[in-house]
Amino acid sequence: MRLLRYAVLAAVCLLALAFPQLATWADQEFYISVASRVLIWGLFATSLNLLVGMGGMVSMGHAAFFGIGAYVVGITAVEAPQWSGALLVLPLAVLVTGALALVIGAISLRTRGVYFIMITLAFAQMLFYVFISLKGYGGDDGMQLLARSPLGSLKMADDTVFYYLVLALLALCLLGLARLRDSRFGRVLAGIKDNEARMESLGYATFRFKLTAFVIAGGMGGLAGALMANQNGYLSPNMLYWDQSGTALVMVILGGLGSLWGGLAGAAAFLLLEEVLAAFTPHWQIILGLVLLGVVFFAPRGLAGLFARKPR
Amino acid sequence: MSAPLLETHALCKRFGGLLATDSVSLSVRRGECHALIGPNGAGKTTLIGQLSGSLRPDAGVVRFDGRDVTCLGAHQRAMLGFARSFQITSILNDFSVLDNVGVALQAVSGSSFAFWRPVAAETALSTEATAILDKVGLAGLASRRARDLSHGEHRQLEIALALATRPQLMLLDEPMAGMGPDESERMVRLITELKGRYTILLVEHDMDAVFRLADRISVLVAGRVIATGTVDEIRANDAVKCAYLGEEEVD
Ligand SMILES: Nc1ncnc2c1ncn2[C@@H]1O[C@H](COP(=O)(O)OP(=O)(O)O)[C@@H](O)[C@H]1O
Ligand SMILES: [Mg+2]
Repeated sequence: MRLLRYAVLAAVCLLALAFPQLATWADQEFYISVASRVLIWGLFATSLNLLVGMGGMVSMGHAAFFGIGAYVVGITAVEAPQWSGALLVLPLAVLVTGALALVIGAISLRTRGVYFIMITLAFAQMLFYVFISLKGYGGDDGMQLLARSPLGSLKMADDTVFYYLVLALLALCLLGLARLRDSRFGRVLAGIKDNEARMESLGYATFRFKLTAFVIAGGMGGLAGALMANQNGYLSPNMLYWDQSGTALVMVILGGLGSLWGGLAGAAAFLLLEEVLAAFTPHWQIILGLVLLGVVFFAPRGLAGLFARKPR
Repeated sequence: MSAPLLETHALCKRFGGLLATDSVSLSVRRGECHALIGPNGAGKTTLIGQLSGSLRPDAGVVRFDGRDVTCLGAHQRAMLGFARSFQITSILNDFSVLDNVGVALQAVSGSSFAFWRPVAAETALSTEATAILDKVGLAGLASRRARDLSHGEHRQLEIALALATRPQLMLLDEPMAGMGPDESERMVRLITELKGRYTILLVEHDMDAVFRLADRISVLVAGRVIATGTVDEIRANDAVKCAYLGEEEVD
């Protein structure tokens, strides 16, 4: 089992590294940008997995950070083009969405369960309507980007170059999360998910730990949004809409709640299913629903759970 | 020795029309084992909740070591030296037995806002956790998932968690609830060992155990403390006999 795990892991890493070459060799360069989208969705779903899977905080408003991360790129390009370099604008997107998560989290984490779902959803929907009405930034038409955020002498317009940037950032985030999960903080977060009242009575100010996780997840979601805006050359209020949060949640459940690779596995499976099924029938979401039911009943730890290590 | 470590003054808690805690003034001396007895539904768990900080009293004061802690939450009181074991087992079900105690230790040894270093590499934590498991008699089960333990073992783990936070005051809510006679006997011996080293407020139904363990006893009936005294005083108290001990015999 352990060997199989490493074999799968190595195969996935190799495939990810060699993908642009394989696609070029097969004369299917189009798929390089498809792969970038998979990785970006993977990053977004991974950030949500930190909340839902590791921390037990089911948020239906994670799109707020996805969308605002994108708008940081779009608004910077218009208002302060001199700052639109990737080395400035990507960290800026993380900072802004992290700060936003601090505010949203500080309010919504005072509630629990269904109320938490509703209040996070409400915040994201509020931002959606704000940006719909901001005609200066495109209103519901969104914003077109003239170019990807420049990074040194790299040719960012080249899909292969951009793919590797996304891959590197995703790898960094996964490494960070892997360390976090096994750290003191990660163990406390797992404890809060397991039994929050007990953690309180052991002396943990659980609110602070949850808020910290919420901020990290928000910043990571914002990074994903900033990358998605760059990938598409376009952004719109739709990135803030609740169905984006729902999609990420479906990916997390599909891939494996709380497992490190769950977000990425879920994003890959979801987008692949969408691609394949949509070719057969316009009602592909029905089949997706059946697959989701199957996962919940027969593989509750998701796709990644089939290979992942046993939970603690 | 006789200065109170924990004091309450006129504590009240109401659930709708029910006065679950009715003007309770209680004093637990430093180092004593103080038993709290009373029939089911008397409000013992509710009182423990207000002492540990998980329940807000409607009125009254809780003082710890002379300091007013009424407004402090459960985690703040835990940091001051409160530890609680729950009547209905409350542990980290998906953690190993060792990690349950490890995470409790972690709360009192350094900051937990550490994101990079693997906690498993902190041998000081696992060494101390193993020692505590040994003390409560769970040494052989360290790597088992907490959920999979037997009921009696869950109760032992409750005590281990309370011990791990290096408390001054232990609030033990029916630690022997649901245990067989052998397990109960082991628990009584464990609490005997803890006596003197910790100040203990013990809620317990088993009168034999209470009479063996307690230095003093308070009797709670319908939310009110009707008597406080030594074992002999309580045994001789007519009001207690009538309200509580008599009822036990009928049971
Ligand atoms: N959260 C609550 N809401 C409403 N009533 C409660 C609550 N908790 C306890 N009670 C009631 O308060 C009374 C005291 O309960 P409890 O403190 O659990 O008693 P004991 O531990 O002495 O058996 C009981 O009548 C119980 O039904
Ligand atoms: Mg009780």
